Amino acid sequence: MSGVWVYLAASPLLWLTLTVFAYVVAVGIFERLGRTPWVNTVLLATVLIVPVLLLTGTSYDQYFAGAQFVHFLLGPTTVALAVPLYRNLALVRRSLLPITVALVAGSLCAAASAVVILLLFQAPTEIVASIAPKSTTAPIAMELSRSLGGLPSLTAVLVILAGITGAIIVTPLMNALRIKNYAARGLAAGVASHGIGTARAFQVSEIAGTFAGIAMGLNGAVTSLLVLIWLSLGAA
Amino acid sequence: MTSVDQAAPSITPTGILRALAVLALCQLAGELLTRGARVIVPEIVFPGPVAGMLLLFGVLCLRGRMEPDLATVSSSLLGMLSLLFIPAAVGVVQYFPILAQWGPQLVLAVVGSTVLTLLVTVFTFLAVERLVKADRK
Repeated sequence: MSGVWVYLAASPLLWLTLTVFAYVVAVGIFERLGRTPWVNTVLLATVLIVPVLLLTGTSYDQYFAGAQFVHFLLGPTTVALAVPLYRNLALVRRSLLPITVALVAGSLCAAASAVVILLLFQAPTEIVASIAPKSTTAPIAMELSRSLGGLPSLTAVLVILAGITGAIIVTPLMNALRIKNYAARGLAAGVASHGIGTARAFQVSEIAGTFAGIAMGLNGAVTSLLVLIWLSLGAA
Repeated sequence: MTSVDQAAPSITPTGILRALAVLALCQLAGELLTRGARVIVPEIVFPGPVAGMLLLFGVLCLRGRMEPDLATVSSSLLGMLSLLFIPAAVGVVQYFPILAQWGPQLVLAVVGSTVLTLLVTVFTFLAVERLVKADRK
């Protein structure tokens, strides 16, 4: 019996299966509850997986050995965003100016507002630096955190937190404000909550998903440019 | 799923593989391009997959058409985008100790900043769009 467990725990297959299974269960619950925005499939699946890892004493590295196959698909899927972008080319082209201005304003707000809130709490500098790039995708955020003197691992957590928060809040917030422009809603989700916001936007509509994808793709570049300006101002 | 079921013409196994090869090739080109660019300008961080997306977008615009297989495979992948973020989200378990110390403040900062960012972005977009429309009239 324990021999079987030794095999299973060491095999990437178990953790890959657990990841996909937890996702299927999460989607099932999401559908059963009428696709309510309050059920976030990323969060729910994570909440299902974490206790299993803790109870079996499985390290994250061990888990990731299996889960990496799912993680790996993020790259090609990001490339695949070109398809809805191309399909909605006319609308995107018409919205070029609003996209650009809103992207820069949102990007600046995402970094500055988080920094200001932590400064009000008198948090240490390395923690403040860690939160600044939280709305960009994880690899960019971690790199920017390092160059600002933050803790990349803390940044990775804050990125996930920002993603899930925005993905849950965006639909109720926009509905309460009676905003029916799905291009604007999607762009906001992508700027504030990168890929997790984009995944949520695709659950709502292809237009929202397309604009979220644009925001996710470009927010990293805009934020890194802002950081570059910030650092050169500090050096001057 | 919204966008996934719309594009479902007859697809072949070869077509699926060809589409996956196109996506992988674009990502590879994007990774090489961004790494090359960093040798010249080390300060600019730009993700390879996003460069790959822009490449594929450029190619589609130049050709003016898209294979149904590529549309189907892309929609399927994007339809399960949430799944792909689960491994990273599970990674949060490693950092429970850091979160414990500054947890409440960090959560407040993230939630506050996220709501503010959603509002600023959406209202900026709507305001600029209104200005552009008024200008065109």
